Amino acid sequence: MSGTLPPRKPSDPLAVPAAPLAPPAGRSRAALGLAAAAARGRFALQCCGGCGAAQYPPRDLCHRCLGPDLVWRDVANGGTVLAMTTTRISADPYFRQHTPWRSGLVQLDCGPSAVAHLHRDVAGGERVRMRLHLDKSGQGVMLALPAVDTPDMDADPMLRQMTCDPRGRRVLVTDGRTAFGRAMAQTMLDAGAAQVFCGIADAWKPGPTPPGEAVDLDLTDTASVRRLAAEFGGRIDIVIDTALHIRPGGLLERGDIVRAREEMELAFFGPLRLAQALGPVLRGRAGDGTHAACAWVNILSIAALAPMPGYTTNAAAQAAALSLSTGLRAELRPLKVVTALVGPLDDAWHQAVPPPKVAPAQLAAAVLRALKGGREEIVVGDIAQDVMNRWIDNPATLARDLASG
Amino acid sequence: MSSLAAFAADLMTGKIKVIDLTQTLSPEFPTIALPPVFGQCAPFRMEEISRYDDRGPAWYWNNFSCGEHTGTHFDAPIHWVSGKDLPNNTTDTIDAQNFIAPACVIDCSVQSAANPDFILTVDVIKAWEAENGRIPAGNWVFLRTDWSKRSGADYANVKEDGAHTPGPDPEAVQFLVEQRDVIGFGVETIGTDAGQAHAFTPPYPAHFFMHGKGRFGLQCMTNLDRLPPKGALIVSAPLKIQGGSGSPLRVLALVG
Repeated sequence: MSGTLPPRKPSDPLAVPAAPLAPPAGRSRAALGLAAAAARGRFALQCCGGCGAAQYPPRDLCHRCLGPDLVWRDVANGGTVLAMTTTRISADPYFRQHTPWRSGLVQLDCGPSAVAHLHRDVAGGERVRMRLHLDKSGQGVMLALPAVDTPDMDADPMLRQMTCDPRGRRVLVTDGRTAFGRAMAQTMLDAGAAQVFCGIADAWKPGPTPPGEAVDLDLTDTASVRRLAAEFGGRIDIVIDTALHIRPGGLLERGDIVRAREEMELAFFGPLRLAQALGPVLRGRAGDGTHAACAWVNILSIAALAPMPGYTTNAAAQAAALSLSTGLRAELRPLKVVTALVGPLDDAWHQAVPPPKVAPAQLAAAVLRALKGGREEIVVGDIAQDVMNRWIDNPATLARDLASG
Repeated sequence: MSSLAAFAADLMTGKIKVIDLTQTLSPEFPTIALPPVFGQCAPFRMEEISRYDDRGPAWYWNNFSCGEHTGTHFDAPIHWVSGKDLPNNTTDTIDAQNFIAPACVIDCSVQSAANPDFILTVDVIKAWEAENGRIPAGNWVFLRTDWSKRSGADYANVKEDGAHTPGPDPEAVQFLVEQRDVIGFGVETIGTDAGQAHAFTPPYPAHFFMHGKGRFGLQCMTNLDRLPPKGALIVSAPLKIQGGSGSPLRVLALVG
């Protein structure tokens, strides 16, 4: 029987807050494939190209035939619990914060057995659904969940260490000026966010009132970002940077750098300002209370992987933003940094682009799923997914393919 | 005593007062917003280089960036296409003698309070002259609207069909240039032209006619209500930007 998520409790001002700790992060290079799969929400294991065996934990050779040809493949995620235990005392600082902690040995349907973290509703001997999740140190770990959903199962404290459910949390959406920012704010409110701050740049310009609480925020203005951090930094648990600024224009046809500079301001310098102002505060509160600061979401264009024709300088700015986002992930642990790569947006700047295009509610729903699922890398929209598939297959041919129109 | 020494003595004793007509350069101060298909003027931005810290232990300083037409600013004739081929039409080549000149201040604050789209006409100028005498050649003409007392959204006053702020009609600008030989036209609003001046023929007449005849513009000024109708001496030297179309500047008025 699951307990429900406790309501958000104000911190005791006299108590020393829980430090933002993370579980042991050391892994072999081979084992990083677990994190890569977990970041994308996939249940993938190393499989032998020679004999076909799946193996866990990851190694440099096949455990059965010693073949070197190991590839990461999605595998069946069913399993059966063979044994379970509860750790009540741990020598590890992170787990000492979180005991009792349940773990167990699971026989995976795809072959190997694995030591996994157990959801509190999992009992011995029963069927379980296995998932790969990123823990607070950003490593991929095995979770065993009940075979069928149980009431309020997302409230499990162990699962909440791996996920970033906005329920009860306070969210900053950076740009309430666009339909995408407003849909994001509304979706977070609908998902039970305790508070949503919605950034408005140039308050002197008219525009629709965003959902939640409108706050002055201009990512191109360092003073504005600092003011926001000073005022609200202690009250933000999730940051969602929706300030996507995509404008058409080839590199040669524009003939100036004014617009490219604007793109860099919003795609690169803006997030950099925000990270420098808010990042340390959020990271410091990453272990604090029932609703700790937990996630930082960057919405980027899939063009970050390879330039789309007619959007050349924008793609370069997005590539810089993607690199920044990846770097931020390393520095912001134990927070999760979610990178959402989107296809062409359904907005006035993509009128000449044929569908399918990404609608505001679609993007917001995808980000919500990523937060609840604890994912760090998502791709939104059919075109973005196609580009990503081709990029995984061969980045060099993708760039040349896109360049030829 | 030379007249300059007398002037200096009057400054020292406070008989001549210096009034600052400049808005503070800040990131929040509205800049002109053109339709999004056009290039945009950058707002004022400031990045700290050091502040008595590891980046510079004993000193504080910043880098700043902005457009030539951000904040209280000067328009040079080259700013407009009508003045593009005139000699000495850029901030670095304008004769410095032009940077100190008297001003006539036409008070239209009551009309502008009642109507944000108030238009300065030849009739209004002539009515002012009936009271204050003819506008002398070589003077600035400042349109006082008290717009600088507004802030934020009220100041920009942007609606769905664009900005609604006071300004002159084409005939009034031509009158000032051709009949009164003014040195330039200055305002408290974001542009020397009215918010809806795109609808005039020609569009933006204050820019078109003033700059077409090598005259200047001053925008986003404040404290015009502290100036007499005639006789204030205006010091308005733009930054000496090479080939510049204008620049933010400190505008000072000397009043006796």
